[in-house]
Amino acid sequence: MRITCPYCGARDSREFEYLGSAKLLERPEGDAVADFHDYVYLRENPTGENAELWQHVLGCSAWLHVLRNVTTHEILDVKLASDVREGKV
Amino acid sequence: MRYSALQILKNGLTGNKGWKPVWRDPEPKKSYEVVIIGGGGHGLSTAYYLAKNYGVRNIAVLEKGYIGGGNVGRNTTIVRANYLLDGNLEFYSHSLKLWENLEAELNYNVMLSQRGCLLLAHDDGQFDGLARRGNANLATGDDAVLMGREDVRNFVPYLNFDDARFPIRGGLLQRTGGTARHDAVAWGYARGADMQGVDLIQNCEVTGFKIAGGKVLGVETSRGYIGAGKVGMSVAGRTSQVAEMAGMRLPIESHVLQAFVTEAVKPVIDTVISFGMGHFYISQSDKGGLVFGGDIDAYNSYAQRGNLPMVEHAAEAGMALMPMIGKARMLRSWGGIMDMSMDGAPIIDKTPVDGLFLNGGWCYGGFKATPAAGEAFAHLMATGSKAEFASKFNLNRFETGHLLDDEGTGARPNKH
Repeated sequence: MRITCPYCGARDSREFEYLGSAKLLERPEGDAVADFHDYVYLRENPTGENAELWQHVLGCSAWLHVLRNVTTHEILDVKLASDVREGKV
Repeated sequence: MRYSALQILKNGLTGNKGWKPVWRDPEPKKSYEVVIIGGGGHGLSTAYYLAKNYGVRNIAVLEKGYIGGGNVGRNTTIVRANYLLDGNLEFYSHSLKLWENLEAELNYNVMLSQRGCLLLAHDDGQFDGLARRGNANLATGDDAVLMGREDVRNFVPYLNFDDARFPIRGGLLQRTGGTARHDAVAWGYARGADMQGVDLIQNCEVTGFKIAGGKVLGVETSRGYIGAGKVGMSVAGRTSQVAEMAGMRLPIESHVLQAFVTEAVKPVIDTVISFGMGHFYISQSDKGGLVFGGDIDAYNSYAQRGNLPMVEHAAEAGMALMPMIGKARMLRSWGGIMDMSMDGAPIIDKTPVDGLFLNGGWCYGGFKATPAAGEAFAHLMATGSKAEFASKFNLNRFETGHLLDDEGTGARPNKH
């Protein structure tokens, strides 16, 4: 797999560290146990497109929001995670 | 037919024409008392123990593909009981005891070979960790031998003891660990279940559940609707999709784990060895191939194939540990899809749907659990209560905080 970092261009996936589902950007308000149980542990785990968080650890260190097909490993879209969280894109 | 030396002799002398198919290929009935989804090792052993231990006679196992074609035929065949935490300890201990009697139990040669399982340490911290783990195993009644560097050298002299980065500090040997023939385990349980009247229905994919008033009534399948009093899900790798059809979301991500085998060579590795750095483990199959594997590819995947970085990683770790394997040519590599749970431990529990039960989240440890997982799941489905040796694999433990994080890595499936 090659991931196109918005800052660094197309790079080998070895340069990136995978964190998990991009739902981790949506931290719940308040302190309800049910909300945090869902946030920390429950996953959609789809077979097709999955929105994920990757960090370009061996490059610019940016956190990326990556849309990837988990059956074909095709990378469909890459954005800066901060832009997605702030609703800029 | 019961297998025996006499049968082999008789059939050997008569052109081997007396062997019959060992399980039937029945049409699905309209309904069953119990339906197990998934004809892998766990589903088959669940059906076997439901029939044998609990007298349930009206059981179907629904398999999307063919018996033995899933993860039970893709794993690296290792059997061991050297976990660390209560909950896991007593479960794998019980499973190993079942393994030791499995051939007599099933009248089937599963080729269990208790050739030992050695975990290596490369620094003082790791060695202390192994001592702690060994003590936990001894306290559970399992076998554990803490070995210093020279003991390890006497046991497996062909390792690279003086690697500049990862010199071998010592190891923890479980002599009762080893390997078993994975296909034979599936076939043995399939035959044992069939002999007790269990219908093994292949090429039958479950496409939905019929649920009314919070209770499961049956399953829609590619071969028509099948009614059921109770339904058990045992579908490693696809647990999230099957559970989703019942309206559930689970603490599971699916990841790909690769494994590798070299061309067959003469006997050289007579035990199972786990490198303590970079996660690499190796054994030699009875056919002579060196079977080895490493970490999962570390991102969600349903591809049943991995990518080159993990192939290189496993090969590099192997070369660092035992440079001699560089002379062997790699024959094949393959990938299987793992239910990676959020704490690294499995789930054997009821679900919010009455009559629907879940066995999943085995990460890459499902094969060694095959006998005990089946027995525990059968116990749960038959009695409604948890077996004593599998009482902590609760679905709600992520909500209550009773996690079984053997690796201590938190809610990061790709770190387990």
